[in-house]
Amino acid sequence: MKMLTMLALTETRLLLREPLAFFWGVAFPMVLLTVMGLSAGHIDGVSLVTIYEPIVIAFISVAFGVQGIPVQIAGYRQGRILRRLATTPAGPARVVGAQLIVSLSVIFTATAGVLAVGRLGFGVPLPRQPFGFALVVVLSAAAMVALGLLIGAFAPTARTAGAAGTVLFFPLMYFAGLWTPQLSAAARHIGQFTPLGAATQALGVAMTGGWPHPAALAVLGACTLVCAGLAARFFRWE
Amino acid sequence: MMMHTGSTAIEVERLCKRYGPKIAVDDVSFTVVEGEIFGLLGRNGAGKSTTVDCVAGLRAPDSGRIRVAGLDPRRDRARLRRLLGVQLQESQLQDKLTAAEAMRLYASFYDQPADIDDLLAMLDLTEKRNTWYRRLSGGQKQRLSIALALIGRPRVAILDELTTGLDPVARRDTWRLIDQIRNTGVTIMLITHFMTEAERLCDRVAIMHGGRVVALGTPAELGRPTLEDAFIALTDHTLADHTLTDRRS
Repeated sequence: MKMLTMLALTETRLLLREPLAFFWGVAFPMVLLTVMGLSAGHIDGVSLVTIYEPIVIAFISVAFGVQGIPVQIAGYRQGRILRRLATTPAGPARVVGAQLIVSLSVIFTATAGVLAVGRLGFGVPLPRQPFGFALVVVLSAAAMVALGLLIGAFAPTARTAGAAGTVLFFPLMYFAGLWTPQLSAAARHIGQFTPLGAATQALGVAMTGGWPHPAALAVLGACTLVCAGLAARFFRWE
Repeated sequence: MMMHTGSTAIEVERLCKRYGPKIAVDDVSFTVVEGEIFGLLGRNGAGKSTTVDCVAGLRAPDSGRIRVAGLDPRRDRARLRRLLGVQLQESQLQDKLTAAEAMRLYASFYDQPADIDDLLAMLDLTEKRNTWYRRLSGGQKQRLSIALALIGRPRVAILDELTTGLDPVARRDTWRLIDQIRNTGVTIMLITHFMTEAERLCDRVAIMHGGRVVALGTPAELGRPTLEDAFIALTDHTLADHTLTDRRS
């Protein structure tokens, strides 16, 4: 426990020393939500800020899970940090565990921040089905972190890991509705089978008081299990 | 725990390791006595690093027997990690971690770590304690890496390519440091391809070539007239074949 705590503290400290990652993953979602709030636009009578809240929450989990984690893991492998740790009582798996803990904590904190900005800045009501909402936030963060682990398992260098994360960012966030919140019927249909399409739809439902559809939860759960399983199976420590 | 002087710290017996068709280590045996500095010499690709990986428990041997302080590096891995300090070739630290933070982190891995301030002072890093790793010079990085290998008060330390990439002054300083460490009773296995370094520091050396140990003894025994001459005679391809033929006849 002492080792994991120290590793997690170290990872937190290192993250705080990366202003760019912090801006992209924490500040940018809030800025985007603020812009939507200030624009005061509506789609079908629903304010843009309400529509965008689930989207920027999905964005946070992509930024830290799919874009952050693979670069960290591949960088640690490339710099032989994992190998170095393998010769200590801590072992290499613990530092990966610490990264997951820190990434998930930051995702949840930033999500709370987004909810606060929406509520305090623009009067968006807090989720009316808080448990369903929290469940989807946890599952989508888990799915994106697992996908990040999978990329990290394969990517030989930090550079390729970063490129893979960026390539995945576009389809993931397209189906979440980042560029066109009102997807066509066909895109929406396909989207519900993608993790973040399912996540944003389920988050939207929970915000208005409904319980997320079991299919959405199943998509997120399956993505988590498949990615984490493959990552565990194929992970290369060096 | 006091160990008998003259007892065995590292025992490698008939170690073999291959990667696919390539034989990396072929029937290697040697022992390192408690408290000695043992040098493992050889050209690139001689099998030194694979041997070290097996001794450190990072790789499983195909066959052969290894004991480090009486422990099997694979089976007793958890216990071995507590008494073995390793400085790995080309291993880095996080760019934005300071020297002192790295020391505190690694100290947290051990039950009774060495004093961080003492170790930083011994390695002449006190002034750099709050400097990010990426802003340290090559020599400072190397010294920090040695400090991290010693933070757990290891009984056995493996130092791989200790002075590669260091300027001559930094190399001399590092040698003095190894002398100091020897005086604390740590057994050291040193991997190098600098003959002067081996001559200066090692009590005994093994010269590896083509995955085998081709010579084993004190630098004085092997050096004819210098260790470097002996090394080249043993490991230069054309000459080495000749030497082997000579031995067989």
